[in-house]
Amino acid sequence: MSTNIRVIRSEHIAETIAKLCIEANMDISQDIYDALSQAAAKETSQLARTVLDMLLENAKIAAQERLPICQDTGMVVVFVNIGTELHVQGNIGEAINEGVRMGYGAGYMRNSIVGDPIERVNTGDNTPCVIYYDFVSGDKLEIIVAPKGFGSENMSAIRMLSPSDGLDGMERFILETVRNAGANPCPPVIVGVGVGGTMDKAAVLSKQALLRKIGTSHPEPFWANFESRLLILVNDMGIGPAGFGGKTTSLGVHINTYPTHIAGLPVAVNIGCHATRHKSAVI
Amino acid sequence: MTTITSPLTDESIRKLVAGELVLLNGIVYTGRDAAHKRMVELLDAGIALPFDADSQTIYYTGPCPAPPGRVIGSAGPTTSLRMDAYSLPLIEAGLKVMIGKGSRNEAVVDAIKEYCGLYLSAIGGAGALMAQCIIEAVVVAFDDLGPEAVYKLKVREMPLVVAIDYKGNSVYN
Repeated sequence: MSTNIRVIRSEHIAETIAKLCIEANMDISQDIYDALSQAAAKETSQLARTVLDMLLENAKIAAQERLPICQDTGMVVVFVNIGTELHVQGNIGEAINEGVRMGYGAGYMRNSIVGDPIERVNTGDNTPCVIYYDFVSGDKLEIIVAPKGFGSENMSAIRMLSPSDGLDGMERFILETVRNAGANPCPPVIVGVGVGGTMDKAAVLSKQALLRKIGTSHPEPFWANFESRLLILVNDMGIGPAGFGGKTTSLGVHINTYPTHIAGLPVAVNIGCHATRHKSAVI
Repeated sequence: MTTITSPLTDESIRKLVAGELVLLNGIVYTGRDAAHKRMVELLDAGIALPFDADSQTIYYTGPCPAPPGRVIGSAGPTTSLRMDAYSLPLIEAGLKVMIGKGSRNEAVVDAIKEYCGLYLSAIGGAGALMAQCIIEAVVVAFDDLGPEAVYKLKVREMPLVVAIDYKGNSVYN
């Protein structure tokens, strides 16, 4: 075995997760804050402008007073990219959940997780979280913490389209999902779309699409153009901030793609709220 | 901007029009999914609610715990449609005003028209801003439900939008 393997303690991972949970919930991302601010300047409806100003004010209060942006501090989704030259001492899954427990306690954040989905007894510490592991080269550990509220999660949808449905069918499904969501996911939303893979892969792609910085596009011009077209169509719906009408229904439509089967065209739409919270760290 | 005080009278409800921004003062009870389920079970069994709902206002929220030195944590609205299934018996029991976010089903709109009710929307996602408007918070029922317990809140200048007025007009249409 190589002597170059770096060792990291699981306690270090837990502490990092705890810190990221608090920051994600209290400090809105700068790109989202800027996008809300630019949207407020463009709105002609007084009510739409007022709502966006309130969301900006809310973000400032949250950061200054160390209060969560939203009381739905979410189910925590964690993406972990593990360097292959890294050894984690202890159980990484337990460490991540311990970090969530610590962060939600220390941050006075709401515990929103119930154990059995039908019995519905609160677990009392916001665990377990949902973890996606991946392996990358190097000796670092990248962690992305994305707490997801269910106002927006509940309005998300997945459909196994037929290849013959094509781009038009995909467009209809995405627009229908945003229209049905209306005011519920706390617009202006970010629309995360996953296209391809299997059913589960499309869903994960759509969630990862929400992590992308506002204003950035899919690397391929074809998909980048489709994202721009969808953003215009979504904003033309007029749902507006908080659903009270206006030009800003969405701050961005982000599509992630992956090869798929000859018989399929899976499409997942994961809707993110006005704050679409996520923070990352490399240790 | 109109300032209103809860509990609201029919007279003050009739002055409000869908799409109007208002500031709310007064007493508001919280209640979301689990509390609604229990309240309706009590009503079905002919048992009195743990607080008198007559003429009162319910805010669909499950707040964050209060950090030291504060009365409550973040407390924005949750999606109202999940409460649609429980709203009718509560309105029939005297509930006047509901605060949440998002549209309501036809049965709730009809009940609002029939009983001179009112549906107000808070700004979804603005939980920290809403917390600044809450000056007192006491758990009055279902303590075991944690964030879903019923709190009696005293609010000051809480910014809300008239989402469905007593005539059934909706800001979402």
